[in-house]
Amino acid sequence: MEALALRDPTAAPVAGRFGRHGGRFVPEPLIPACEEVEVAFAEAWADAGFRADLAWLLSRYAGRPTPLTPALRLSTELGVTVLLKREDLAHTGSHKINNVLGQALLARRMGKRRLLAETGAGMHGVATATAGALLGLPVTVFMGERDVERQAHNVFRMRLLGAQVVPVRSGSRTLKDATSEAMRHWVSVTEEAYYCVGSVIGPHPYPWMVRQLQAVIGQEARHQCAEQLPAGTPEHVVACVGGGSNAAGAFAGFVDTSARLVGVEAAGGAGAARGEIGVLHGFQSLFLQDEQGQIREARSAAAGLDYPGVGPEHAHLRDLGRAEYVTATDEEALAAAVRLARAEGIVPAIESAHALAWVIRAAGTTELPTGSSVLVTLSGRGDKDIATLMTYLGDGEAE
Amino acid sequence: MTSLETRLRLRRDRGRKLLMPYLTGGVTPDWTDHLRALADAGADAIEVGIPFSDPTLDGVTIQEASDVALCRGATTAGILADLSRSRIDVPVVVSTYANLALRRGADRFCRALADAGVQGLIVPDLPLEEAGSTGAAARAANVDLALLASPATPARRLRDIAERSRGFVYAVSLMGTTGERNQLAASAAGLARRLRGVTDRPVFLGFGISTPAQAAAAARDADGVIVGAALMRRLLDGADPASTAGFVRSLRAALDGVPARTAADAGG
Repeated sequence: MEALALRDPTAAPVAGRFGRHGGRFVPEPLIPACEEVEVAFAEAWADAGFRADLAWLLSRYAGRPTPLTPALRLSTELGVTVLLKREDLAHTGSHKINNVLGQALLARRMGKRRLLAETGAGMHGVATATAGALLGLPVTVFMGERDVERQAHNVFRMRLLGAQVVPVRSGSRTLKDATSEAMRHWVSVTEEAYYCVGSVIGPHPYPWMVRQLQAVIGQEARHQCAEQLPAGTPEHVVACVGGGSNAAGAFAGFVDTSARLVGVEAAGGAGAARGEIGVLHGFQSLFLQDEQGQIREARSAAAGLDYPGVGPEHAHLRDLGRAEYVTATDEEALAAAVRLARAEGIVPAIESAHALAWVIRAAGTTELPTGSSVLVTLSGRGDKDIATLMTYLGDGEAE
Repeated sequence: MTSLETRLRLRRDRGRKLLMPYLTGGVTPDWTDHLRALADAGADAIEVGIPFSDPTLDGVTIQEASDVALCRGATTAGILADLSRSRIDVPVVVSTYANLALRRGADRFCRALADAGVQGLIVPDLPLEEAGSTGAAARAANVDLALLASPATPARRLRDIAERSRGFVYAVSLMGTTGERNQLAASAAGLARRLRGVTDRPVFLGFGISTPAQAAAAARDADGVIVGAALMRRLLDGADPASTAGFVRSLRAALDGVPARTAADAGG
């Protein structure tokens, strides 16, 4: 709530604003549903019982707290202290479970009977399918057809968990279109279904709610850094950014410290670094678009970063100069994934590898001077990307 | 120029049921021939869509029409230039998504609409809370910004929407996206009656109204109907202006068979 500010002091106060970004740009039929989620979440978040239920699930089911692993060999190679926040070790293999368990508990508390979700790489879809199985709520996941093809492993995981996966054939057939289709479907089922948004995007209260649910990443990391770093806080906090949920969670733990916050986007999906102000999927933020205002298609080897925009809080942090947004190419991310695998025995998701790629590129420069410390959120594990990595190594670096 | 709302009210008050067909701007090279044909076939206003890459409230037909128009190179400026040149007698209401309306600022967008002779505007993803600055820009340009109401809209909010809407109130007949349906939604009549209970502004029912019979049924409780996907499907299937006009004439005839609201009904 502390980061919410009015867009314009003379305008009527509008909930859900992060500076000039955020808001609730949804068609009238969805307004009552958004209000219902907002009220329910505010009540639940203030309810010690709800928080205790969530904390119980996060520790006994999802494996929290996740470790903070010093990347010893990589640190030596790079000359900077690299600490990895191991979201890849959370249940289902990514940070997505943090958000989904909270929202699924909320859905049950609201009396909703099924869950809807969009997914890019499939990690949010898998997490939602998991929470649905756990709480006995049927799950429908919308996924771009292109992502269905390149993330077949996760598609099967979702189906294994009992979820229905709906391939979306419109537009770029990736996360953007999956989100549009989920919103179209939501309009027709608002009474019975809960829309479990996977990132810090969408109409108010989603960007705020998802940030609150992911803040556990930053809160844990802050305590862990205090134990592991002589200085107590890292000088740099780095995370990959698609919609930006793992970054929002990590940044939430450090926004009031002196740590420099760096979000790393895919070069082909850099909403924060290269976008312009616009409105899509219910919120105002920075989006890749042409002169006319048509949304451009993002293109990345990391399906989870294949989104033409960025969450409104990130756009606001950029406006304020509090966080910086940079990019890494597919090639840099794939190389970083291989390097981490070989230096530390950890195979990261290609999404997370973007954050590492920036660290590798910046280490030893004025951006990330030798001897400095950097916390990197390893948002997910790379099992889903094995086919992509096989192709990459086969083409470029055969054994 | 007489405002959109004044023109619609005059016709409604004379006992006419109002018809607003929808056409995606730039969907075919001869789209303004369709526009003129709709005007001549008995439309009281025509909704012209400026296509957006991500139309989140539209079903497959209007998604396809938008894609087709964008592939043909349709732009806001191009569609408005076509409208300027076509100068039809029937008022034009532009509909588009917020990103296009706000791209160069709402003021500039609304002035461009007015310069092209457009009298009304619909932006489905600008609900009450987000419509303030665009509403002001539209008023300054003498363009009526019509707001949407839905079956899920609670009573108090419905009153606010009716009060702040200009031109007419767009009653979304069902909880869903645009597109043809087999029958008129059960929620349509109730919403139209609730709106008529709180406003004297013309109330148009839209979404899913696909046939003359459905149009007539909708017009028993509403002042008018908006028909989009049913028309656009015909157009995408290759209908020429004479046949789209024929479909609109069949809607017109069905509406002309609906008894007018009595004075006792009006506004209450």
